Amino acid sequence: MVVDVQRPQAAPRTQPPPAAHRVRRRSSEGTPLPWVLLFLGPMALGLLVFYIGPVLVTFYYSFTEWGVFGGVTWVGLANYAQVFTSPEVGRALLNTVIYTAIVLLSIPVALLIATLLSRRSLRFVSVYRLLFFLPVITMPVAIGWLWKLILNGDFGILNQALAAVGIQGPTWLSDPRTALISISIVGVWASLGYPIILFVAALQGVPPELHEAAALDGAGAVRRFFSVTLPAVSPTVFFVSVLTTIGALQMFDLIYVMIGKSSPVIPQTETVIYLFYKTAFIDNNKGLASAIVFGLMVIIMLLTLLQFRLQRRWVHYA
Amino acid sequence: MPETRSKALNPGLVLTHVVLIVGAIVMALPYVIQVITSLKSYQETIQVPPVLWPAHFQWGNYLEIFSASFPVGVQLMNTTLAAAARAAGQLLLGSMAAYAFARLKFRFRGAIFAVFLSVLMVPGQLFLIPQYQVIQTLGWLDTLQALFLPGIFSAFGVFLLRQYFMTLPLELDEAARLDGCNPFQIYWHILLPLVRPALVALALLTVVNSWNDLLWPLVVNSSPEHLPVSAGLANLQGQFVDKYQLIMAGAVLTTAPIILLFAVLQRQFIAGFATSGLK
Repeated sequence: MVVDVQRPQAAPRTQPPPAAHRVRRRSSEGTPLPWVLLFLGPMALGLLVFYIGPVLVTFYYSFTEWGVFGGVTWVGLANYAQVFTSPEVGRALLNTVIYTAIVLLSIPVALLIATLLSRRSLRFVSVYRLLFFLPVITMPVAIGWLWKLILNGDFGILNQALAAVGIQGPTWLSDPRTALISISIVGVWASLGYPIILFVAALQGVPPELHEAAALDGAGAVRRFFSVTLPAVSPTVFFVSVLTTIGALQMFDLIYVMIGKSSPVIPQTETVIYLFYKTAFIDNNKGLASAIVFGLMVIIMLLTLLQFRLQRRWVHYA
Repeated sequence: MPETRSKALNPGLVLTHVVLIVGAIVMALPYVIQVITSLKSYQETIQVPPVLWPAHFQWGNYLEIFSASFPVGVQLMNTTLAAAARAAGQLLLGSMAAYAFARLKFRFRGAIFAVFLSVLMVPGQLFLIPQYQVIQTLGWLDTLQALFLPGIFSAFGVFLLRQYFMTLPLELDEAARLDGCNPFQIYWHILLPLVRPALVALALLTVVNSWNDLLWPLVVNSSPEHLPVSAGLANLQGQFVDKYQLIMAGAVLTTAPIILLFAVLQRQFIAGFATSGLK
C-alpha cells in the first residue's frame, strides 16, 4: 500500500532515465527475426516434432484401431470404452495405485532420517547422506536385478536370514500374494534418497530459536517435531509428495526386470505403463495403448490437482 | 570435556546412531552383495544355503560378460555416446532457446514459452508412439542416433536455463551491445560463461537420466549391439537364467561410472537434483 502511494511522487523524478531506456528498448523491441529463429528455431522444431505434435497425435490415435496389416481406422470412443471395462486395465491401475501408496511411505521414513541427520554435532553425516542417495543415481535395471537376487526364494539371502530365525520365507517375486508388495518395498528403498536431500536442506532453514522456545515451554522432542519441525518443512513435504506420486504412477523398469515376461504373476504386478508398453509395442495395438496412456495422464493431473487442493489444509507457508 | 561426556551418554544420541546405522546397512548391503556375487562361481551363486564369501574371486566373470550374447563393451559405449550426445545437444540448443526467452524480444514470446512449459506437465510415455514413428520414418530404428535424438530436445532444460539467465543483470548485455556485440556474441562470450553452474547441473541430470533410461531404448532398438547397457542388462531376463554372477558383474560395470561421477561432483549433483524435481 505504502509503496503504491509513494510511486506517483517518485515517478516524475526518475522519469528521464526510464525514457532513455525506453528509446533503446524500442530499438530492440523486435529482435530481428533471423536472430530469433537462430536461437529458438532448433529447439522449437525439435519440441514440436517430438513432444508437442505427439500429444495431439496420441490423442487422435486413442480414437483409432490399428489393423494387423497396417491401416488406421476411426473407432470413436471404443478404446475408451475398453479402458473402462477391461479387467486387465482395471487390475493394472489397482496395482499402480497400490505401488504408489506404498512408495509414498518413503516420505515419512525420509523425514525421520533427515531429522536425525540434522542433529547438531552429528558425525559421519556426509557418509550417511551418500549411502541414502546412491540408489537415486543407480540404474533401476541394476536395482531390479540386485533385489531379484536378494529376494530369490531358494538361494536369496533374505530367506536365508529368515530361515536362521526359523521362518520359512515365501518365494517373494513369484508368489501372487507377495510380488507387488516386494517390488513396492524395493521402490521405497530406491526413492528414499531424493526426499532426504530436500528435507535436510529444508530443516536447515528452520530457525533454532523456534525449537529453543518450544523446549522452554516444556515440549519434548516428539512434540517439538510435530509442532515446530513438521509445519516448517510442510511445503517441502508437499512438493516431494507431488513428485513421488507422479513418478510412482509411471513405474515400469522394476516390473520389467523383476517380473519375467512370462511370469504367472504378471496380472498381479503389471503397472499401467507396463501394460501400455505391452499393448503398444508387443501386441501392436497402438489405439488402445494411446487411450490407456491418455487415461493415465488424466489420473496424474487429477491427483496433482487434488493434492494442490488439499495442501491448503496442512501446508504452512511462512 | 564434561559436555562431550554428557553427549556420549545421551540416550537420544545413541538411538539416533542406532537408527542411522541400521538404515545405512540396509542401503549399503545390497551393493556389497552385488559386488561379492559378481566374483562368485556359478555353483556358489545357486548353492543352498547361500555362500556368503566366494572361495576364490572369479575375476574371469568380468571377462566373460564381454561375450557375444551380452556385448557389454559395445553397450557401455552406446550408453556413453548416447548420454554425451544428449547432454551436449540439450546444453547447446537449450541454452540458445533459454537465451531467446530471457533476452530477445519477439511477438508471442510469452505464449510460446507457455507452450514449452505445458510439455513438462505431460507424462513422458504419452510421446512414445509418435516418437517411435518419427524415428521409423527417418529409417533410424535400431541405430545409435535413435537412442538420443528425441532426448536432445527438452522443455525442462530450457526452463531451468532460462530461470538462470533471468538472474543475470541486463547491464551486461547493454554494455556488450555498446561495444558492438551482436546477439550471438552476447550469448556466447558474455552470458554463457556466467550460467555455467546451471549448465553443469543440467548436464549431470541429463547424463544420469540418459544412462539409466530403459523404456525408450527398448522401444526403438532391438539388436544387442545397438542397445544401451540398461536394455542389454534388462533383456538378460530369460536368457542368462540364474547366471547371477555375470548379471551382477554387468550391473557393477554399469553402475560404477555414475557412482564415480557422483563421488567427484557430489555438490553439483545434489544442487542439480534439488532444483529439478528429478526427471
